[in-house]
Amino acid sequence: MSPFDPAWAANPAPEGGEFSDAVWAAALLAIDPIGLGGMTIRAWSGPARENYLQNYRSLLRVKSAFRKMPLHISDQQMLGGLDLTATLATGRPVMTSGLLDDCDGGVLLLAMAERINPGTAARLAAAMDRHAVISEQNSTTMVNPARFAVVALDEGLEPDEAPPACLLERLAFTVAQSGLSGDAVWPDAAVVAQARENLVVVTSSNEALGQLCSLAAALGIGSLRAPLFALRAARAAAALQGRDSVAACDIALATRLILAPRATQLPSAPADEMPAEQPEESPESLTPRDEQPEAVEDSISDAQKSLLPPELLAALAVGAGPKRASRGAGNTGDSASLRRGRPAGTKSGGLGGGARLSLIETLRAAAPWQKLRRTAAPGRKLQIRANDFRIQKFKEQTKSVAIFAVDASGSAAVNRLAEAKGAVQLLLADCYVRRDLVALLAFRGRTAECLLPPTSALARAKRSLACLPGGGPTPLAIGLDAARGMAEAERRKGHQPLLVLLTDGGANIGRDGKPGRAAAAQDALAAARLCRMARLQCLVIDTAPRPQPFVANLAAEMAARYVPLPYADPSHLSRIVQSQGDFRASSAA
Amino acid sequence: MVFPFSAVVGQDEMINALVIAAIEPRLSGVLIFGDRGTGKSTAVRALAALLPDMAAVSGCTYACDPDDATSLCENCRERQLGGNLPVHRVAVPVVDLPLGATEDRVIGALNLERALADGTKVFEPGLLARAHRGFLYIDEVNLLEDHIVDVLLDVAASGENVVEREGMSLRHPARFVLIGSGNPEEGELRPQLLDRFGLCVEVRTPTDIATRIEVVRRRDEYDRDPVRFSAKWQAADAALRELILQARARLSGIAVSDNVLEQAAKLCIALGTDGLRGELTLVRAARAWAAFQGAAVVSMEHLRAMTSPALRHRLRRDPLDDSLASTRVERVVAEVFAA
Repeated sequence: MSPFDPAWAANPAPEGGEFSDAVWAAALLAIDPIGLGGMTIRAWSGPARENYLQNYRSLLRVKSAFRKMPLHISDQQMLGGLDLTATLATGRPVMTSGLLDDCDGGVLLLAMAERINPGTAARLAAAMDRHAVISEQNSTTMVNPARFAVVALDEGLEPDEAPPACLLERLAFTVAQSGLSGDAVWPDAAVVAQARENLVVVTSSNEALGQLCSLAAALGIGSLRAPLFALRAARAAAALQGRDSVAACDIALATRLILAPRATQLPSAPADEMPAEQPEESPESLTPRDEQPEAVEDSISDAQKSLLPPELLAALAVGAGPKRASRGAGNTGDSASLRRGRPAGTKSGGLGGGARLSLIETLRAAAPWQKLRRTAAPGRKLQIRANDFRIQKFKEQTKSVAIFAVDASGSAAVNRLAEAKGAVQLLLADCYVRRDLVALLAFRGRTAECLLPPTSALARAKRSLACLPGGGPTPLAIGLDAARGMAEAERRKGHQPLLVLLTDGGANIGRDGKPGRAAAAQDALAAARLCRMARLQCLVIDTAPRPQPFVANLAAEMAARYVPLPYADPSHLSRIVQSQGDFRASSAA
Repeated sequence: MVFPFSAVVGQDEMINALVIAAIEPRLSGVLIFGDRGTGKSTAVRALAALLPDMAAVSGCTYACDPDDATSLCENCRERQLGGNLPVHRVAVPVVDLPLGATEDRVIGALNLERALADGTKVFEPGLLARAHRGFLYIDEVNLLEDHIVDVLLDVAASGENVVEREGMSLRHPARFVLIGSGNPEEGELRPQLLDRFGLCVEVRTPTDIATRIEVVRRRDEYDRDPVRFSAKWQAADAALRELILQARARLSGIAVSDNVLEQAAKLCIALGTDGLRGELTLVRAARAWAAFQGAAVVSMEHLRAMTSPALRHRLRRDPLDDSLASTRVERVVAEVFAA
């Protein structure tokens, strides 16, 4: 699970060690579901996963809830709230419980957890922290106990396709596909039930606590939830093995299950020099800062400022507007939402799906019929029928995602990679003003690498950019394919992607990773045509010193706007070089 | 039952900022940015249990302050004409604003039960009304939806919630201390919203092993037996509550010399903060800090201690620069105080 092989991993398994790690995780979670939060199962749907879940379920308390939460659950379904239909039928507020409080004492299964939206994840995390659901909706506040374990089913393929960090942080275990073998030995449910009873009396020594905290620190794990989880897991393991205190083998197990997967550095580093890095920050720590001094970058931005057309992205997005409207794009662009955004009038329609009733409009719609209805069905003062319902409409502005695909090959490095970075920085600032998301891909050698998944945290974008190394041949087709893949994924999330390609056009690696200039150029053009077929908004910035027709052709095939990046005023550049002696070294790096 | 405030280990800057916000509500808020698993939410929720009771008008929906005639709601103002207002003690509200809260729940809306039962229009107060004179806490504030942020911006600036919806038209006082927490890696905060927070603190995960062990030990102890753990820390919480009360009483009598004001202005100029809000906040925070420390006047040390939290989020910033420019502030502080 981790890239190193420290002594404890090689330790012989503890007593009862015939269990695999995945089985241990399930058993410990069944013993202390609230304390350990839950687990992520990073595996595809299939019999192996089903089988594992079935076995896990058999260890739980009898009749405990085991509910699945669909991806696009509405807040009302999740947290509970006012049941409008019942409310109108009875004439007084009727509350419904949400899925989270229905799960109290049980397990919440999170389907396709890698696609859950951050807001839903944050609400779930808040409920886990408080062991209760507080719902503030439709004029009603409810506080209901909700103590459950979360099993996140993560079907992500790429490393960045993962459940949100706030959720992962609160789940003790991670189980991988490889851990789900069908013939694993599982503990007896009665033994697990007994362990659950005994858990309260299991003690742990101060040494055990100190050991776990030091190990976590030595492994570069910043969050203190990790050692806390490890301590609880060790106690649960002791309980499962019928002991009333934590032993060395429990510590080893907890370390292997909980600390090792979270490690960001090798444990050989002396503990007192441990940098408090979060996992996301580790790429920065790997790259010496002095390679790319801030000052150089800032001056490059200045140098580029006058050379790039102003508000390039804005102009492009505006230009894209009518085209989009004419083809009646489904879920992209400004969409009328029933849940979020600015109120934009009402319409008649049914409830459900998180739609919000516009009460006044509903009452207004019902008013003229009251006399008639009272004669037809005397009794209730106010009579409202389903066709009186008026739903509040909202207009939601979808976010744009600017995906920067940067050519970081050797030729580009020679041809002003640093300047291309400067240009990206300017465009990033533009994105900041427009509150867009940005993503960064770099391609060189034989691969395209996602340096930054879509984010609105531009400080991170800047850091990723600063760490971007150059060199190697140019896999233009591979880079374009990767960028298109990301753009299409973003579109599926309801975002509006915008592809910005920065290249000098010297493609010399084909799709298959084999060198060859002609084939590479053909592949790149083919990849460009696929972008056009996907109807992506594209911008091609030519970074070559003397723009060649090839990049312009490429842009034409993509139906992209083509912008040659003009050469910076040489005198200006030389002034920068003079003021920053290491400019040449850094741009060639 | 919540984790006791005094039992939060380390994180002095955050703890001090929360205490200062409790002493001087006019600072209008604390923003806590930082790593996960550092006890941000724990500290804020613990604050609720720590705060001393306050006097409020009996029977008032908004818990109006009987000693402040200017902030009374319309109903209390009318009642006041008829004689003295009845007063009772209530706990200071600490209201959670969950990410999923709807606009009507935040602002307040038509009371559905009354509207359906007898067709009368009655206002049902929202979270803003509940938070009046207390704290409004937003976890993951950077993920809050824009239309809710718009509401907050307006109300936090004016101290008044104006409701114009569903055929209702009314206004009520809504002065609260805004507390936000979040992880800057997950999204930016609009500059307008940043500005509403008087203080901004950064929390880092502790690197010292002994501290880390203590954090985990206390959390574990609390989780295993919350009642016993809370009882153990009751005395410490009571002592801190007493210190806060004393500081509040002392606050208005604390002198701020021209030298200190001048220094505050120099700091703000050197940092290029926009507007005068930075200076005002800095001086108020320094005064509250001096009060908490039991001093009679605001010293340069008090000012220096508050410079980072009061100004670090107000720098006119390069959007690509790291969102909280603590190092820049520290450099300027060193320069200005050395001069």
